[in-house]
Amino acid sequence: MAEMSIAEALRQAIREEMARDDRVFCIGEDIGIPGGFGGAFTVTLGLSDEFGRDRVLDTPISEIAIAGVAIGAAIAGMRPIADVQYGDFLFCMMDQIANQAAKMRYMSGGQVSVPMVMRAPVGQTRRGAQHAQSLEAFFTHIPGLKVVAPSTAYDAKGLLKSAVRDENPVLVFEHKLLYGSKGPRSERGALSPVGEVPDEEYLVPIGEGVIRREGKDVTIVGKLLTMYRALQAAEILAEEGIEAEVIDPRTLVPLDKELILASVRKTGRLVIAEEDNLTGGWAAEIAAIVADEGFVWLDAPIKRVSAPDVPAPFSPALDDAYMPNEHKIVAAVKSLL
Amino acid sequence: MEAKTILLNRGAEPTGLPESDSLVDMYRRMKLIRRFEERVNDLYLQGRIPSTLHLYIGQEAVAVGVCAGLREDDYVLSTHRPHGHSLAKGVEPRAILAELLGKVTGCCRGKGGSMHVGDITKGVYPAVAIVGGNIPIAAGAGLAAKMRGDGQVEACFFGDGAANEGAWHEGLNIAAIWDLPVVFVCENNLYAASTPFSLTFKVENVADRACAYGIPGVTVDGMDVLAVYRAANEAIERARQGGGPTLLECKTYRFCGHSRSDPRTYRGREEEQEWQKLDAIPRMRQWLVGSGLSDDGQLDEIDDWVERTFDEALEFAEASPEPDVSELFTDVFKE
Repeated sequence: MAEMSIAEALRQAIREEMARDDRVFCIGEDIGIPGGFGGAFTVTLGLSDEFGRDRVLDTPISEIAIAGVAIGAAIAGMRPIADVQYGDFLFCMMDQIANQAAKMRYMSGGQVSVPMVMRAPVGQTRRGAQHAQSLEAFFTHIPGLKVVAPSTAYDAKGLLKSAVRDENPVLVFEHKLLYGSKGPRSERGALSPVGEVPDEEYLVPIGEGVIRREGKDVTIVGKLLTMYRALQAAEILAEEGIEAEVIDPRTLVPLDKELILASVRKTGRLVIAEEDNLTGGWAAEIAAIVADEGFVWLDAPIKRVSAPDVPAPFSPALDDAYMPNEHKIVAAVKSLL
Repeated sequence: MEAKTILLNRGAEPTGLPESDSLVDMYRRMKLIRRFEERVNDLYLQGRIPSTLHLYIGQEAVAVGVCAGLREDDYVLSTHRPHGHSLAKGVEPRAILAELLGKVTGCCRGKGGSMHVGDITKGVYPAVAIVGGNIPIAAGAGLAAKMRGDGQVEACFFGDGAANEGAWHEGLNIAAIWDLPVVFVCENNLYAASTPFSLTFKVENVADRACAYGIPGVTVDGMDVLAVYRAANEAIERARQGGGPTLLECKTYRFCGHSRSDPRTYRGREEEQEWQKLDAIPRMRQWLVGSGLSDDGQLDEIDDWVERTFDEALEFAEASPEPDVSELFTDVFKE
């Protein structure tokens, strides 16, 4: 058992998968340059020394090409892990992901598959609105893509390894404030959780959520950073005798909806916390599922704690108004009791 | 440009061409594509095709000339106008026709339709119908081939319109810097749907842009199957030997509209007639007979085979079942 940050756990997952399977390679911007920083958040640091620069491919600043090359290589039998420097850049490659990777298998009647992994950092930091978005919902909307969002080192390693072995395109969303990147690449205000990661081989199956804290009074669903905010909220609520159950879906597609429904059945109340903007967000989909399939168990309306419908602001003075935090979650829970 | 004149020098001894069987086969494949498209258009006019069609009529020499230089294990990346590419590479006419009719026996089980035909077992990736979208994918397939080191080559077709997409630039550049085994084949038919080439390019030839990527750029007469073959073959062999990609531009013309809803009111009938005089199929036929490589008897027999092949394909396609409703939910993910 080793203590690892999420960045270290992801690196270890890539290392093990590259050692296991010659077809696995990394592709992206600034990921293997000697003397460079191993990707924007150090996840691939040192891997080009270990595996050679032919398997840790540094590209031009060409997001369409990164995605297209990964897709083409995957269809042709390889197992690419594409590094998207900032999740926001996924929009630059949207045709390749939405029209090509996601639909190729279906349109071909099952002739081809696209076993590709695309890792993308999300979340508000001090970079302004174009390096801040939480984009998961865009991709959960597109049939043919799997979407995972690990929030612990254990899950990051296990889910990334599962993603590499999956026969389909898998988007792995990682949160900038959770990586635990060190040195000059460390993030101000980061949570950087360190977690225990077993020495022996393991996988975390895609499609299974987990209960992070048990409770009987209210269900709080949170992913990535908001999962931690939900846990903090649960601590505050516990002091007042309110027992919150915190669910981390870990995978967004396919969603472990039974886990959420079972929890709501027990608690009768649901708050969904996410960092994305409110309208059309992932939280809205969870609310819709529970309204549709779990309405009879609800004792109160479903509440969403999301970012408001504005671009991410820069000034620290606006953070509290923008970010879904533990206090907003506590307030949402109390409004249901 | 020497490569331009092969078909016009009737009876000459051209160098760099394959055996006569293969030359006759080029005629056969061009004729198959022409008649397939014409007869599919008839079916469309009879209301028997549930979609629009982007027909390849007029451009046959490009697909056939390029594919004649490919190995069986080489791959083709195609476009929204894909029937010709698939037929040239050897996809069964019946599999394409069944796909056009939306039948489960189609090459894509009726889930792709006209714009996505392809058969991976014949070396044709299911076609990409987003203009320029196949360019970086071709680079990726080329990267896989390079990593495997098996000498496989990708031929990536696209129209002149694709050369103004950002994906085109990114794809060509990355293929160039990594010396990927891809031949980028531009079918410059002078119109991006209705918009003429001259309105959207400051350069005279698409291939002129090759110098920006540091790769060879070649422009050939796309109405001359032998000129296309010779230029393509050189590019294919260069790619196979590790020499990297080539931008091969074939100047051609689609004799029909962009899609079935296009009455071609943006171009003159005189221009169309001038290009029809360059029709690759009768020119190839004359050349084969004039060179003594074939005769009218053999070529008439081929023409009959083409009709029979389509008849059989149509019979097969019409007799084939439609997809069961359960098919709606399969092939979204691979298990």
